[in-house]
Amino acid sequence: MAKPKLKRHLINRDWCKGCGICVELCPKHVLELDEQDKVTVVRPQDCICCRLCELRCPDFAIEVETEE
Amino acid sequence: MAVKDYLRERFFPHLWCPGCGHGEVLGGLIRAIERLGLRKNDIVMVSGIGCSSRIVGYVDFHTMHTIHGRALAFATGVKLARPELTLIVPMGDGDALAIGGNHFIHAARRNIDLTAIVMNNRIYGMTGGQFSPLSGVNVSATTAPFRTIDKSFDIVELSRAAGATFVARSTTYHAQHLSEVIEKAIRHKGFSVVEVLTQCPTYFGRKNRIGDAPEMVKWLKDHTTPVGSKAKQENPALIERGVFVDLEAPEYCEEYGRLVERAMGGRR
Repeated sequence: MAKPKLKRHLINRDWCKGCGICVELCPKHVLELDEQDKVTVVRPQDCICCRLCELRCPDFAIEVETEE
Repeated sequence: MAVKDYLRERFFPHLWCPGCGHGEVLGGLIRAIERLGLRKNDIVMVSGIGCSSRIVGYVDFHTMHTIHGRALAFATGVKLARPELTLIVPMGDGDALAIGGNHFIHAARRNIDLTAIVMNNRIYGMTGGQFSPLSGVNVSATTAPFRTIDKSFDIVELSRAAGATFVARSTTYHAQHLSEVIEKAIRHKGFSVVEVLTQCPTYFGRKNRIGDAPEMVKWLKDHTTPVGSKAKQENPALIERGVFVDLEAPEYCEEYGRLVERAMGGRR
């Protein structure tokens, strides 16, 4: 199976509560919280599409979209 | 279908605190249901009272939000009336084993085909951080300012002894594993228990100085180990995760159907 390639991170700012679980547990430190304590993507080039942020987000606020 | 197709999006963002593990359990449950390919109309979720029980408000299945500790009793009624439906009963640690302790052991004893998901955050969150029978010793809570002296239940051993035929434990750190064990539990014919160790950053984490939500999730990684691992022999304080019981035994609704047939002398 080919390595999945990142298309984009879909972030629902209305649902994000800024708990920081995705930021702290991302193995590649792709995410950060912005000045409003909402998740934001700062290093998309490092994303390996493991989807751990998506699986662990308690608020369904982040999704990893990959190229087909 | 996508995860969001199973949610009642109009109620989002949900009411749980930032970093609460209950949302992760909801995600794991929905991904399990997606893989099982169950129809939304064939699923009934019945809950009692507490933070965790609010989960039924967010899923687009048949749902019942009932009384404290009695979710399993209501679910038993639904299952006996409509045995073809898939019954899922999400509960908190207090709801399942304090207020609903008797319902829990008797549902397990009957081996009725329900899936009980016990979200164990070791505290009563909704009412303000009182300690629960799952808090364990030396825990700080609003009702234990000098720390607890009460031993906790072991949900796995309790369920096994009471007769549950599928018992598993996972955590919110192990999101993939969590979803897989819930899938197995739903697939299992008989009373299934999944204990999910989850975090309450608002009360348990704050009172016990474990840290914020990410720190609590990491705590779950550092303090658990796969069942039967060598690490457990070296450090007995570790909590095991995995599938502990997976047995075949006569299921209550099927036995009841046979009983009715026998009583009717073969007539329907």
